[in-house]
Amino acid sequence: MKKFLTCTYLNLIPGFILTFRRMVMTIFGGHFTIQYPEEHYPFRQGFRGEHRLKQDELGRPKCVACLMCQTACPANCITIVATESPWPDREKVPQSFQIDLLRCIYCGMCEEACPCDAIELTPKHMQAAYFREDKVYDLTRLLHNTE
Amino acid sequence: MNIVLELVKVLFAFVLVMGIVPLLIWLERKISAWIQGRVGPNRVGPFGLLQPLADVVKLLFKEDIVPTNADKGMYFFAPLLAMVAPVILFAFIPFGPDIVLADYTFKLQVCDFGVSILFFMAVLSTAVFAVAFGGWASNNKYSLLGGIRAASQLVSYELILSGSFLYILLKWNTLSFRELIEKQAAYGWTIVSDFPFSLLFFILFFIAALAENKRAPFDLPEAEPELVGGYHTEYSSMKFAMFFMGEYIAITVMCFCMSVMFLGGYHFPGVVDVSGNFLNALLGLAVILAKVFILIFIYMWIRWTLPRFRYDILMRLSWHYLLPLTVILILVKALI
Ligand code: SF4
Ligand code: SF4
Repeated sequence: MKKFLTCTYLNLIPGFILTFRRMVMTIFGGHFTIQYPEEHYPFRQGFRGEHRLKQDELGRPKCVACLMCQTACPANCITIVATESPWPDREKVPQSFQIDLLRCIYCGMCEEACPCDAIELTPKHMQAAYFREDKVYDLTRLLHNTE
Repeated sequence: MNIVLELVKVLFAFVLVMGIVPLLIWLERKISAWIQGRVGPNRVGPFGLLQPLADVVKLLFKEDIVPTNADKGMYFFAPLLAMVAPVILFAFIPFGPDIVLADYTFKLQVCDFGVSILFFMAVLSTAVFAVAFGGWASNNKYSLLGGIRAASQLVSYELILSGSFLYILLKWNTLSFRELIEKQAAYGWTIVSDFPFSLLFFILFFIAALAENKRAPFDLPEAEPELVGGYHTEYSSMKFAMFFMGEYIAITVMCFCMSVMFLGGYHFPGVVDVSGNFLNALLGLAVILAKVFILIFIYMWIRWTLPRFRYDILMRLSWHYLLPLTVILILVKALI
């Protein structure tokens, strides 16, 4: 009886005050919910999402088809076919450059491996598609994969 | 003429109580969301107000599964009882002052007779059959456990409810809800006119009502983590919805009952007097609804604040603390 009167049940009162305050705060001071399809969580620098191939100041792909990324990739999802370069400053350019995003584990190894800083992972992360083929990105798609 | 008016009144009462239910479901979600720092439903209709409607449509289109070994008759009867019993309870609640139409006094209460509190109690205790039948007929161990828990819980807390009714009888010397309100209008609301007793009984009644409605922290019969869904584990589609709606109707009716017994019902000093015209009746309805919604808010506030009791604590709370307290208080009140 003493326990009943002293501690257990009276301790509830601060709890009630807390939840009430929380409620008032939510109504007048905002909430933590992000209204997802309309709003997005702001991603930090270095978030590893979809890939992008960078272009240099002349608009050419920076990639020199060295296959370093293909070799480094632990998921074997990069397929590069190299061809001879039309420009004098490099030997090869990629003729086709495919990344299977459904196989990719977004480890960022390709970005690390690239000697020319030609490939990078963007914060894009919405991976819904109707067909599997839609998720195999080719050269043009990768070159223009910006926000 | 009179019979038509009475039928209109019955229909109005039914629509009133059925209209409150979706509102409560919406309110519950909103309040839970606010307390947890979320926004709650906000996609269907303005402020998500049409969410309950969407839920009903969803439930209607769900497959209605009946377990092979269920006791068919009882299995179908239980959700029916769960919903019908609280609706019947509403018949005894006066929800507004009389309207005098020419020579005909139109009572805003479906069924007014001398012993309505007694009848209220009698119908209230059928609630236990709904859950016990539902739990037993489903032929599922979780349902059965839920049903047993519900039955023992409801029986233990009903005693406290009866104690509070007894107190009301001692205090106001009447068993009719309408007379109760008239007396409260004349001598002050129960909760203030008889201060220490009435407040204690109000709290006791409130706790017992929470347990009767199987609301958190007394929602052991349907404790999801332990019992899957409790007595309604095996119910799907509209049968589940009937249990669900029945629960909310029971909450509404309990809050109506509390506001009538302790908070003066539709009476509010200065605003509504007991006998009057049409406007007065509307005001009275607004007043009682305001009281009911405040009580319902407290119900929800409690639900989203307190964790569930352990079963032995629940039983000990009733039999060791609350029931002796009720009995002692009644004895003291009777002696005074
Ligand atoms: S992120 Fe990792 S898995 Fe994906 S393509 Fe680059 S190296 Fe391969
Ligand atoms: S490592 Fe860089 S330069 Fe080499 S093939 Fe990959 S993207 Fe092109």
